[in-house]
Amino acid sequence: MASTACFVIVSKNDIPIYEAEVGSAPKREDQAYQHQFILHAALDVVQDLAWATNTMFLKSVDRFDDLVVSVYVTAGHTRFMLLHDSRSEDGIKSFFQEVHELYIKIFLNPLYLPGSRITSSHFDTKVRALARKYL
Amino acid sequence: MPPLTGPKSGDALFGSVERVNAELFTLTYGAIVRQLLTDLEEVEEVNKQLDQMGYNIGTRLVDEFLAKSNVSRCVDFKETADVIAKLGFKMFLGVTATVTNWDAEGTSCSFVLEDNPLVDFVELPDTCQGLQYCNVLSGVIRGALEMVSMKTEVTWVRDMLRGDDAYEMRVKLTKQVPEEYPYKDDD
Repeated sequence: MASTACFVIVSKNDIPIYEAEVGSAPKREDQAYQHQFILHAALDVVQDLAWATNTMFLKSVDRFDDLVVSVYVTAGHTRFMLLHDSRSEDGIKSFFQEVHELYIKIFLNPLYLPGSRITSSHFDTKVRALARKYL
Repeated sequence: MPPLTGPKSGDALFGSVERVNAELFTLTYGAIVRQLLTDLEEVEEVNKQLDQMGYNIGTRLVDEFLAKSNVSRCVDFKETADVIAKLGFKMFLGVTATVTNWDAEGTSCSFVLEDNPLVDFVELPDTCQGLQYCNVLSGVIRGALEMVSMKTEVTWVRDMLRGDDAYEMRVKLTKQVPEEYPYKDDD
């Protein structure tokens, strides 16, 4: 498992709707803010890249020191952004694909408003389990 | 006209009615609940409205059920409950319920649904904890039974959306209205 990993889902209106620090390293508050900052900065790159390719998985779009930002863009332009220091691209791809399936389930819930925060604890547990498995 | 034979089996009934895609059905129902929540704002009001909608559906549905299922008159409430669980649920929802927890007088029982096509994908958010998502079903049963001269009260006892292991509906027969010919002979 990666020592540092931060996973954020950004809605198409550029609002973060889900955040999770999934690395094994002990959590530090200032780092969490730094991760948010890096991911936020990467959004611009994603915006350009998303329309230049027809794949959903954009691989690594940005880097900061030894941290890499990998992004997956769904058809509805929701962005899954992962900040990580591991190198296994296959694992990250599988992670994104499985999170995408979970995300679709959340989306199909009639009581969930698209673009609102994902508060489901079930989703949170599953995402963390996937992170342990693939990252 | 088909020959009048005994009641059809649940599977035969299910096969004989028109069907729609399950996801379309689930999401349409979800959209209705969602819209009611937006319009009425109060969860309690939504429960009431769903029940009323179910009642209106039930009063019509019972006719279609009786027309297509060939069931004959039920001798008691126990038989009625069995018919609903084995044939009614199967015909319209594609699942069967089990009837349990009879009280001593045989006037109230529970329908237990292991599987409920209405609730695929649904997860109750914190803001609608009081919502009886499937209240339309209880309304349908109440309406259908009222049309065949049985007044009932239907309440939900267990709900998988609140973490229970199954769906359980309690049906209580409150009054059996005797059927009367509406006119006197000499009128």
